[in-house]
Amino acid sequence: MGEGVDSRFNSKLREAFGSTPFILTKFDKFMNWVRGSSMFMLQFGIACCSIEMMHTYAVKHDLDRFGAGVPRASPRQADVIIVPGTIVSKFTPRMKRVYDQMPEPKFVVGMGSCTISGGPFQEGYNVIKGAEEAIPVDIHVPGCPPRPEALVYGVAKLQERIANGESAPVTVKPYELEQFGDLDRDELVQHLADRIDEDDLVMRYNWADSP
Amino acid sequence: MSLEDPTSPEADPEPVGVTEDGLDYDALEDLLGDLAIGRESHINAEAFVVRPGDVEEALVTLRDEAGFDHCSCLTAQEYEDRFESIYHLRKYDEPTQEVGVVVPAARENPVSQSANGAFRTADWHEREAYDLVGVEYEDHPDLRRILLPETWQGHPLRQDYDQEQPQVVPLREHANPLKDDHRGIDNSDTMFLNIGPHHPATHGVLHLKAVLDGEVVADVDPDIGYLHRCEEQLCQQGNYRHQIMPYPDRWDYISAGILNEWCYARAAEDLADLEVPEYAQVLRTMSAEMCRIAAHMLAAGTFALDVYGDFTAIFMYAMQDREKMMNLLEDLTGQRLMFNYLRLGGVAWDLPEPREEFFEKTRDLLDDLPERLEEYHNLITSNEIFQMRCIDTGVLEPEAAKSYGATGPVARGSGIDYDLRRDDPYGYYPELDWDVITEDGCDNYARVLVRLQEVEESAKIIKQCVDLLEDWPEEERTIQSNVPRTLKPEPDTEIYRTVEAAKGELGIYIRSDGTSKPARFKIRSPCFSNLQTLPEMSEGEYIPDLIASLGSLDIVLGEVDR
Ligand code: SF4
Repeated sequence: MGEGVDSRFNSKLREAFGSTPFILTKFDKFMNWVRGSSMFMLQFGIACCSIEMMHTYAVKHDLDRFGAGVPRASPRQADVIIVPGTIVSKFTPRMKRVYDQMPEPKFVVGMGSCTISGGPFQEGYNVIKGAEEAIPVDIHVPGCPPRPEALVYGVAKLQERIANGESAPVTVKPYELEQFGDLDRDELVQHLADRIDEDDLVMRYNWADSP
Repeated sequence: MSLEDPTSPEADPEPVGVTEDGLDYDALEDLLGDLAIGRESHINAEAFVVRPGDVEEALVTLRDEAGFDHCSCLTAQEYEDRFESIYHLRKYDEPTQEVGVVVPAARENPVSQSANGAFRTADWHEREAYDLVGVEYEDHPDLRRILLPETWQGHPLRQDYDQEQPQVVPLREHANPLKDDHRGIDNSDTMFLNIGPHHPATHGVLHLKAVLDGEVVADVDPDIGYLHRCEEQLCQQGNYRHQIMPYPDRWDYISAGILNEWCYARAAEDLADLEVPEYAQVLRTMSAEMCRIAAHMLAAGTFALDVYGDFTAIFMYAMQDREKMMNLLEDLTGQRLMFNYLRLGGVAWDLPEPREEFFEKTRDLLDDLPERLEEYHNLITSNEIFQMRCIDTGVLEPEAAKSYGATGPVARGSGIDYDLRRDDPYGYYPELDWDVITEDGCDNYARVLVRLQEVEESAKIIKQCVDLLEDWPEEERTIQSNVPRTLKPEPDTEIYRTVEAAKGELGIYIRSDGTSKPARFKIRSPCFSNLQTLPEMSEGEYIPDLIASLGSLDIVLGEVDR
C-alpha cells in the first residue's frame, strides 16, 4: 500500500493518468455516468417482442457489451425494465405492480408498436393502447418487432439520456391502481360491489377515453 | 397405440361408419338415431345437429361406437336467432375422418349441456366459449371466465357487445404464504404458492396457482389470459385476401410464423376454392420446416434453462442456431420473425437472387446440423443430471393425453403416432421422404427427444425441397395462382382445417356470410389443449418437476391466450 496500485490492476486508462491519478468532475455527473454504464435489466417477457429481446441478450447481439445485459429475475434488483409486448387488461395491474417494486431511479424502454399504441392489436377489446397508459416510458423503440439492433440502439439512447441526467417525468397515468372503495360509485361499481372488497386494489379502464 | 398391445382398443369391433373410402355419414346418423335432429354439410365434414340436453350422450356414442376419440375444438358463435356450439371431432388414428356436432341454444339465455363427461378437454374449451360468447354449459364443473378478468362485463364476441363500456379489473392480493392463515382449512400442512404471471420459468405471462404439501404439488390451476389479444375479433374484422395473414404470425411467435400462416392459408383456400401452384407448395414446405427447426431450438434451449436454471451454454447454442435459421428466413421473407410470407394461392415472392447463394447457405446450415445436434445430445440428453430431472417425471399417459386433446410433440412423446403432415396430408409433404417421430417414455425426457429428432426430420425435408427447387424449370416457377382481388366465399359455408404447427394441431374454423370478411373466425390452439394436461402431469410430483413439465410442454402464451 502507499506504493500506488497493484500492477495487476493496471490498465491503459490508469497509465494515461500517470502520476496524478485524480479526476475532477461533478458528483451528479459521475453518478449518472455510472448509472448508465452499468444497468441491470429486469427479465420480463410478455409477447412476441420478448423473443427478439432474448436474441438481443444472447450471442451475436450481446447487449452485455454495452453494460446493460444482465437480466435480473427480481424487480427489486433491476433498474431498467424493457416492456416487450402487448399489454392487456388483465396484465396491466400486474405490470404496474412489478414496476412499482423496482427501486428508484428506474427507467423504462418500450419495445415494439404494442407498447406505443397497442400496435396491430389496437382495436382489440382487451388491449391497452400503449404502455404509457400505465407507466412512464423513457424510450420508445418502434417496430413489430424491432430488430435486435434497434433495441440495442434504444438502450444506447437511454444510456445517453441517463448520462445527461434526464428521465421521463413520473406523472399520474390514466390507468392507476386504486382501492376499490375510492372509485366513484357509478353503475358499474355498484354492480361489482359484492364481488370486490373495499380495499382491493383495482384498475379502472375507461375505454371511451383511450387514444 | 401399437398393435401388439393386446389391451389396446384396436381389439374392439370395427368402429361404426368406416368404409373402404372413408366415412359413411348415413351409418353415423343411424348410430345417433333420435339424438340427431338434423344434419349440416360443412366443407371439411358433415355435422349432426343435437339437442342441447343430449350433448354428452351424442359425444360418448360417437367416441365409443364410432371411434371419434379426439375432440379437436369447440366453436361457439352467435346467429341472428340462436347460439350454436360446434364440437369438431376426429380420430387420432385417422384424422381425415371428421364429424361435427352442432348444438343450437336459445337466443335468450343460451344453455347447453357440458361435454366434460365425454372429453376432459371440453373443460377449458367450454370455459372459453362461455367467456367470449356467453353460452352457458350445464353440469360444467367450474364454469368461470378463463381469458378475461373475472369481473369483466359482457361477452365480447357477441354482436351487441359495447367495446367502449368501462371495466374494473382487480389486482387481488395473492394469498401471502407468510401469513399464519396460509394453512389449509382443515389445518393441514399445505401452502398456497403463486407462480407468475411474471416469473422466469413460465415462458411468458402464465400464472400457476399451486397448492403445495411440503415439496409436493397437491393441486395446480393454470390461470391464463394475461396475453389475450383478441385475435379472433381482429381476424373477423379483416378481409380474407390481405388483412388476416399478418395475425397468424403472432399466435405462435417463436419463429413458427409460416406454420401458422399455412393454417389460415389452408382454411381460406379450401373455403374459397383456390389452387396453389406446386412450386409454391415446395416453397411453403421448405420455409415451414425452417420455422419448425427454429421453434424446436428455442424449446430445447429454454427447457435446458428451466432444468439447469441459468443462462448456460445450451441456451446460447440454441440461440446461435436460431440466429442462423432466422438469417435464412430473413433472406427468403424479408423479416426475422413476423414473416407474412404466405399469400392465399401461393407465397409472396420467389427465392432471393442469386438462388445459388441461398441454396449454398441452406446446405451449409444443414450440413452442420448433425454435428450440432450431436452436441445437444452430449450436453442435454446424455447428461446425467438432466436425465435424473427428466426421466419418469411429468408422466402423461396416452389415454389422458387423448382425452385432453394433446397433440404435437406432447402427444408423440406419449407414444401417440399422430402427425397431420402425414395423416391429413397437405403441401408437398406426401411426395417427400421423412418419418414421424414417436417416443414411448411419456415423460419430460421423451418430449425433449421427440423435438430434437424432429429437427433432423425437418432438415431432411428441407434438403429434399432445396434439391427440388434447384432443378425446377425456370418457366414453371409460378409462385401464386390467380386469386380474385376481393374474396367473397359463398354465404353460410363453414370449414374447419388444421395443420401440424410447431406445437401440434393448429386449427381454424371459418364461417362465411358472403361478405369479404369472416362471420366467425375461431382458432384452435395446440398449446391451449396441451397446457390443460399440466395438472395431470404434475399433481403428486415435486415442485421442481412441475417446472420441468411446464418447460417440456413448450407452450407459448400468445397462442394459449390468442
Ligand atoms: S409490437 Fe409486434 S412483435 Fe411486438 S409484441 Fe406487438 S405484435 Fe408482437
